[in-house]
Amino acid sequence: MINEIFSMNGYGLYVWPAFIFTLISFASLFLITKLQLLKEKRKFTDKFGSLDSEKLKIVESQQTNRRILEDILSSKI
Amino acid sequence: MLKSFEPNKIFKITSKAPKYVLFLFIIVLSIGLMEALFLSPEDYKQSHSVRIMYVHVPSAWLSLGIFSVITLLSIGMFIFKNKNFSLIAKSLAPIGFLFSIIALVTGAIWGKPTWGTWWAWDARITSMLILALFYLMYLLAWKIFDNQDKVIKITSFIAILGFINIPIIKFSVDWWSTLHQSSSVKILSKTSIHSSMLIPLAIMTAAFTLFSILIFLMKYNTELIKIKNKGLDRL
Repeated sequence: MINEIFSMNGYGLYVWPAFIFTLISFASLFLITKLQLLKEKRKFTDKFGSLDSEKLKIVESQQTNRRILEDILSSKI
Repeated sequence: MLKSFEPNKIFKITSKAPKYVLFLFIIVLSIGLMEALFLSPEDYKQSHSVRIMYVHVPSAWLSLGIFSVITLLSIGMFIFKNKNFSLIAKSLAPIGFLFSIIALVTGAIWGKPTWGTWWAWDARITSMLILALFYLMYLLAWKIFDNQDKVIKITSFIAILGFINIPIIKFSVDWWSTLHQSSSVKILSKTSIHSSMLIPLAIMTAAFTLFSILIFLMKYNTELIKIKNKGLDRL
Protein backbone atom coordinates (compact mmCIF):
# COMPACT_ATOMS: atom_id res chain seq x y z
CA MET A 1 0.00 0.00 0.00
CA ILE A 2 2.76 2.43 1.00
CA ASN A 3 4.76 1.30 -2.03
CA GLU A 4 1.82 2.19 -4.26
CA ILE A 5 1.58 5.65 -2.69
CA PHE A 6 5.25 6.32 -3.29
CA SER A 7 5.54 4.75 -6.75
CA MET A 8 2.26 6.19 -8.16
CA ASN A 9 2.39 3.76 -11.09
CA GLY A 10 5.97 4.84 -11.78
CA TYR A 11 5.15 8.56 -11.80
CA GLY A 12 6.25 9.00 -8.20
CA LEU A 13 9.72 9.66 -9.58
CA TYR A 14 8.38 12.95 -10.95
CA VAL A 15 5.58 13.86 -8.53
CA TRP A 16 7.49 13.59 -5.25
CA PRO A 17 10.51 15.64 -6.37
CA ALA A 18 8.16 18.37 -7.68
CA PHE A 19 6.40 18.63 -4.32
CA ILE A 20 9.61 18.31 -2.30
CA PHE A 21 11.28 21.03 -4.38
CA THR A 22 8.28 23.32 -3.78
CA LEU A 23 8.22 22.74 -0.04
CA ILE A 24 11.98 23.16 0.32
CA SER A 25 11.76 26.41 -1.67
CA PHE A 26 9.02 27.66 0.66
CA ALA A 27 11.00 26.70 3.75
CA SER A 28 14.17 28.34 2.40
CA LEU A 29 12.48 31.63 1.54
CA PHE A 30 10.69 31.69 4.88
CA LEU A 31 13.94 31.06 6.75
CA ILE A 32 15.92 33.65 4.78
CA THR A 33 13.20 36.28 5.22
CA LYS A 34 12.86 35.49 8.93
CA LEU A 35 16.64 35.77 9.47
CA GLN A 36 16.74 39.10 7.62
CA LEU A 37 13.91 40.41 9.78
CA LEU A 38 15.58 39.29 13.01
CA LYS A 39 18.88 40.86 11.88
CA GLU A 40 17.25 44.25 11.28
CA LYS A 41 15.33 44.05 14.56
CA ARG A 42 18.59 43.31 16.41
CA LYS A 43 20.29 46.27 14.67
CA PHE A 44 17.39 48.54 15.66
CA THR A 45 17.57 47.40 19.28
CA ASP A 46 21.36 47.93 19.40
CA LYS A 47 21.18 51.38 17.81
CA PHE A 48 18.23 52.38 19.97
CA GLY A 49 20.08 51.27 23.11
CA SER A 50 23.12 53.38 22.25
CA LEU A 51 21.21 56.68 21.90
CA ASP A 52 21.58 59.55 24.40
CA SER A 53 18.47 61.02 26.09
CA GLU A 54 18.09 63.88 23.60
CA LYS A 55 18.21 61.62 20.54
CA LEU A 56 15.99 59.12 22.35
CA LYS A 57 13.26 61.78 22.66
CA ILE A 58 13.41 62.47 18.90
CA VAL A 59 13.26 58.78 18.03
CA GLU A 60 10.45 57.96 20.46
CA SER A 61 8.35 60.82 19.13
CA GLN A 62 7.93 58.95 15.81
CA GLN A 63 4.99 56.57 15.89
CA THR A 64 6.60 53.98 13.60
CA ASN A 65 9.63 53.70 15.90
CA ARG A 66 7.34 53.15 18.89
CA ARG A 67 5.46 50.43 17.00
CA ILE A 68 8.73 48.73 16.03
CA LEU A 69 9.84 48.77 19.67
CA GLU A 70 6.49 47.38 20.81
CA ASP A 71 6.78 44.61 18.23
CA ILE A 72 10.37 43.72 19.27
CA LEU A 73 9.44 43.66 22.95
CA SER A 74 6.31 41.55 22.42
CA SER A 75 8.04 39.15 20.01
CA LYS A 76 8.81 35.77 21.59
CA ILE A 77 11.91 35.08 19.43
CA MET B 1 -7.13 56.86 0.80
CA LEU B 2 -3.41 57.31 0.21
CA LYS B 3 -2.93 57.88 3.97
CA SER B 4 -3.78 54.20 4.40
CA PHE B 5 -0.49 53.45 2.62
CA GLU B 6 1.60 55.31 5.23
CA PRO B 7 4.28 52.99 6.67
CA ASN B 8 3.15 53.66 10.23
CA LYS B 9 -0.41 52.49 9.51
CA ILE B 10 0.76 49.49 7.48
CA PHE B 11 3.29 48.44 10.17
CA LYS B 12 0.46 48.25 12.70
CA ILE B 13 -0.98 45.39 10.60
CA THR B 14 2.21 43.86 9.20
CA SER B 15 3.81 43.42 12.62
CA LYS B 16 0.89 41.52 14.16
CA ALA B 17 -0.49 39.57 11.22
CA PRO B 18 2.37 37.13 10.30
CA LYS B 19 1.78 34.61 13.08
CA TYR B 20 -1.93 34.31 12.23
CA VAL B 21 -1.20 34.04 8.52
CA LEU B 22 1.45 31.36 9.20
CA PHE B 23 -1.01 29.33 11.27
CA LEU B 24 -3.69 29.57 8.57
CA PHE B 25 -1.16 28.77 5.84
CA ILE B 26 -0.04 25.55 7.58
CA ILE B 27 -3.64 24.38 7.95
CA VAL B 28 -4.65 25.18 4.38
CA LEU B 29 -1.42 23.71 2.95
CA SER B 30 -1.89 20.48 4.92
CA ILE B 31 -5.42 20.08 3.56
CA GLY B 32 -4.21 20.97 0.08
CA LEU B 33 -1.36 18.44 0.16
CA MET B 34 -3.69 15.67 1.37
CA GLU B 35 -6.05 16.42 -1.50
CA ALA B 36 -3.33 16.89 -4.09
CA LEU B 37 -1.22 13.84 -3.26
CA PHE B 38 -3.74 11.27 -2.05
CA LEU B 39 -7.43 12.13 -2.34
CA SER B 40 -7.75 13.67 -5.81
CA PRO B 41 -8.11 11.25 -8.73
CA GLU B 42 -5.43 10.46 -11.30
CA ASP B 43 -5.89 11.61 -14.86
CA TYR B 44 -7.07 9.09 -17.49
CA LYS B 45 -4.15 10.09 -19.78
CA GLN B 46 -1.44 11.44 -17.48
CA SER B 47 -2.09 9.11 -14.54
CA HIS B 48 -0.52 10.39 -11.32
CA SER B 49 1.78 12.89 -13.04
CA VAL B 50 -1.24 15.23 -13.17
CA ARG B 51 -0.69 15.81 -9.44
CA ILE B 52 2.23 18.10 -10.35
CA MET B 53 -0.49 20.49 -11.57
CA TYR B 54 -1.29 21.28 -7.93
CA VAL B 55 2.09 22.97 -7.40
CA HIS B 56 2.85 24.05 -10.95
CA VAL B 57 -0.37 25.93 -11.78
CA PRO B 58 -0.75 27.97 -8.55
CA SER B 59 2.93 28.97 -8.80
CA ALA B 60 2.46 30.13 -12.39
CA TRP B 61 -0.71 32.05 -11.56
CA LEU B 62 0.85 33.78 -8.58
CA SER B 63 4.07 34.69 -10.37
CA LEU B 64 2.01 36.42 -13.07
CA GLY B 65 -0.36 38.00 -10.56
CA ILE B 66 2.41 39.35 -8.36
CA PHE B 67 4.29 40.85 -11.32
CA SER B 68 1.07 42.55 -12.42
CA VAL B 69 0.67 44.03 -8.94
CA ILE B 70 4.30 45.20 -8.98
CA THR B 71 3.66 46.92 -12.32
CA LEU B 72 0.49 48.60 -10.99
CA LEU B 73 2.40 49.82 -7.95
CA SER B 74 5.20 51.14 -10.17
CA ILE B 75 2.71 53.11 -12.27
CA GLY B 76 0.99 54.28 -9.06
CA MET B 77 4.35 55.44 -7.75
CA PHE B 78 4.81 57.69 -10.78
CA ILE B 79 1.27 59.07 -10.59
CA PHE B 80 0.90 59.58 -6.84
CA LYS B 81 4.62 60.08 -6.00
CA ASN B 82 4.16 57.76 -3.00
CA LYS B 83 7.51 56.00 -2.34
CA ASN B 84 5.75 53.47 -0.13
CA PHE B 85 4.36 51.90 -3.32
CA SER B 86 7.89 50.97 -4.37
CA LEU B 87 8.55 49.55 -0.89
CA ILE B 88 5.49 47.31 -1.22
CA ALA B 89 6.57 46.26 -4.72
CA LYS B 90 10.10 45.50 -3.47
CA SER B 91 8.63 43.32 -0.71
CA LEU B 92 6.51 41.36 -3.20
CA ALA B 93 9.27 40.68 -5.72
CA PRO B 94 11.14 37.83 -3.93
CA ILE B 95 8.06 35.67 -3.56
CA GLY B 96 7.00 36.35 -7.16
CA PHE B 97 10.47 35.35 -8.35
CA LEU B 98 10.35 32.15 -6.27
CA PHE B 99 6.99 31.21 -7.78
CA SER B 100 8.31 31.76 -11.31
CA ILE B 101 11.22 29.40 -10.55
CA ILE B 102 8.89 26.81 -9.00
CA ALA B 103 6.63 27.03 -12.07
CA LEU B 104 9.61 26.49 -14.40
CA VAL B 105 11.15 23.63 -12.41
CA THR B 106 7.90 21.76 -11.74
CA GLY B 107 6.90 22.38 -15.35
CA ALA B 108 10.16 20.78 -16.50
CA ILE B 109 9.58 17.81 -14.19
CA TRP B 110 6.03 17.46 -15.53
CA GLY B 111 7.24 17.82 -19.11
CA LYS B 112 9.46 14.73 -18.96
CA PRO B 113 6.73 12.07 -18.52
CA THR B 114 4.17 14.08 -20.56
CA TRP B 115 6.19 15.33 -23.54
CA GLY B 116 9.29 13.20 -23.20
CA THR B 117 11.50 16.24 -22.62
CA TRP B 118 12.59 18.35 -19.63
CA TRP B 119 12.62 21.52 -21.72
CA ALA B 120 11.31 22.89 -25.00
CA TRP B 121 11.58 26.39 -26.48
CA ASP B 122 7.82 26.51 -26.47
CA ALA B 123 6.09 29.94 -26.38
CA ARG B 124 4.61 29.50 -22.91
CA ILE B 125 7.77 28.09 -21.34
CA THR B 126 10.07 30.64 -23.00
CA SER B 127 7.89 33.58 -21.98
CA MET B 128 7.80 32.24 -18.39
CA LEU B 129 11.59 32.11 -18.43
CA ILE B 130 11.63 35.74 -19.59
CA LEU B 131 9.34 36.61 -16.67
CA ALA B 132 11.79 34.96 -14.25
CA LEU B 133 14.59 37.01 -15.81
CA PHE B 134 12.60 40.23 -15.37
CA TYR B 135 12.06 39.34 -11.71
CA LEU B 136 15.79 38.73 -11.37
CA MET B 137 16.62 42.09 -13.00
CA TYR B 138 14.15 43.79 -10.68
CA LEU B 139 15.71 42.25 -7.57
CA LEU B 140 19.29 42.85 -8.72
CA ALA B 141 18.51 46.51 -9.46
CA TRP B 142 17.55 47.01 -5.82
CA LYS B 143 20.84 45.45 -4.77
CA ILE B 144 23.11 47.24 -7.26
CA PHE B 145 21.94 50.86 -7.14
CA ASP B 146 22.39 52.89 -3.95
CA ASN B 147 20.60 56.08 -4.93
CA GLN B 148 16.98 55.68 -3.77
CA ASP B 149 15.40 57.86 -6.48
CA LYS B 150 17.45 56.24 -9.24
CA VAL B 151 16.63 52.68 -8.15
CA ILE B 152 12.91 53.44 -7.88
CA LYS B 153 12.91 54.80 -11.48
CA ILE B 154 14.94 51.85 -12.83
CA THR B 155 12.89 49.17 -11.06
CA SER B 156 9.64 50.82 -12.12
CA PHE B 157 10.87 50.84 -15.71
CA ILE B 158 11.81 47.14 -15.48
CA ALA B 159 8.34 46.31 -14.08
CA ILE B 160 6.46 48.29 -16.74
CA LEU B 161 8.59 46.83 -19.55
CA GLY B 162 8.24 43.32 -18.16
CA PHE B 163 4.47 43.66 -18.07
CA ILE B 164 4.41 43.44 -21.87
CA ASN B 165 5.32 39.78 -21.35
CA ILE B 166 2.31 39.00 -19.13
CA PRO B 167 -0.38 38.82 -21.85
CA ILE B 168 2.15 36.97 -24.05
CA ILE B 169 2.45 34.28 -21.35
CA LYS B 170 -1.33 34.15 -20.91
CA PHE B 171 -2.29 33.98 -24.59
CA SER B 172 0.76 32.18 -25.98
CA VAL B 173 -1.10 28.85 -25.96
CA ASP B 174 -3.87 30.42 -28.08
CA TRP B 175 -1.69 32.50 -30.45
CA TRP B 176 0.88 29.83 -31.31
CA SER B 177 0.97 26.10 -31.79
CA THR B 178 2.58 25.05 -28.51
CA LEU B 179 3.42 21.89 -26.59
CA HIS B 180 1.84 23.44 -23.51
CA GLN B 181 -1.88 22.76 -23.25
CA SER B 182 -4.39 25.62 -23.41
CA SER B 183 -6.19 26.92 -20.31
CA SER B 184 -8.54 24.55 -18.54
CA VAL B 185 -9.57 27.02 -15.85
CA LYS B 186 -11.50 29.89 -17.40
CA ILE B 187 -12.99 33.02 -15.84
CA LEU B 188 -15.36 34.12 -18.60
CA SER B 189 -16.52 30.71 -19.79
CA LYS B 190 -17.09 27.21 -18.43
CA THR B 191 -14.05 25.58 -16.86
CA SER B 192 -13.18 22.24 -18.43
CA ILE B 193 -11.56 20.81 -15.30
CA HIS B 194 -13.65 18.53 -13.09
CA SER B 195 -14.49 19.62 -9.53
CA SER B 196 -12.57 16.64 -8.09
CA MET B 197 -9.44 18.36 -9.44
CA LEU B 198 -10.64 21.95 -9.34
CA ILE B 199 -11.23 21.94 -5.58
CA PRO B 200 -7.72 20.70 -4.66
CA LEU B 201 -6.32 23.20 -7.17
CA ALA B 202 -8.26 26.00 -5.47
CA ILE B 203 -7.09 24.90 -2.01
CA MET B 204 -3.44 24.80 -3.11
CA THR B 205 -3.82 28.22 -4.76
CA ALA B 206 -5.22 29.56 -1.48
CA ALA B 207 -2.28 28.03 0.42
CA PHE B 208 0.25 29.57 -1.97
CA THR B 209 -1.52 32.93 -1.70
CA LEU B 210 -1.31 32.77 2.09
CA PHE B 211 2.39 32.02 1.79
CA SER B 212 2.79 35.07 -0.46
CA ILE B 213 1.04 37.23 2.12
CA LEU B 214 3.22 35.81 4.92
CA ILE B 215 6.47 36.50 3.11
CA PHE B 216 5.27 39.94 2.02
CA LEU B 217 4.41 40.89 5.61
CA MET B 218 7.80 39.76 6.90
CA LYS B 219 9.70 41.40 4.03
CA TYR B 220 7.81 44.67 4.36
CA ASN B 221 8.55 44.78 8.08
CA THR B 222 12.22 44.18 7.32
CA GLU B 223 12.33 47.01 4.78
CA LEU B 224 10.59 49.41 7.14
CA ILE B 225 12.92 48.62 10.03
CA LYS B 226 15.90 48.97 7.62
CA ILE B 227 14.75 52.50 6.76
CA LYS B 228 14.38 53.34 10.44
CA ASN B 229 17.86 51.94 11.12
CA LYS B 230 19.28 54.28 8.45
CA GLY B 231 17.39 57.10 10.13
CA LEU B 232 18.96 56.23 13.48
CA ASP B 233 22.43 56.27 11.86
CA ARG B 234 21.82 59.81 10.65
CA LEU B 235 20.93 61.15 14.11
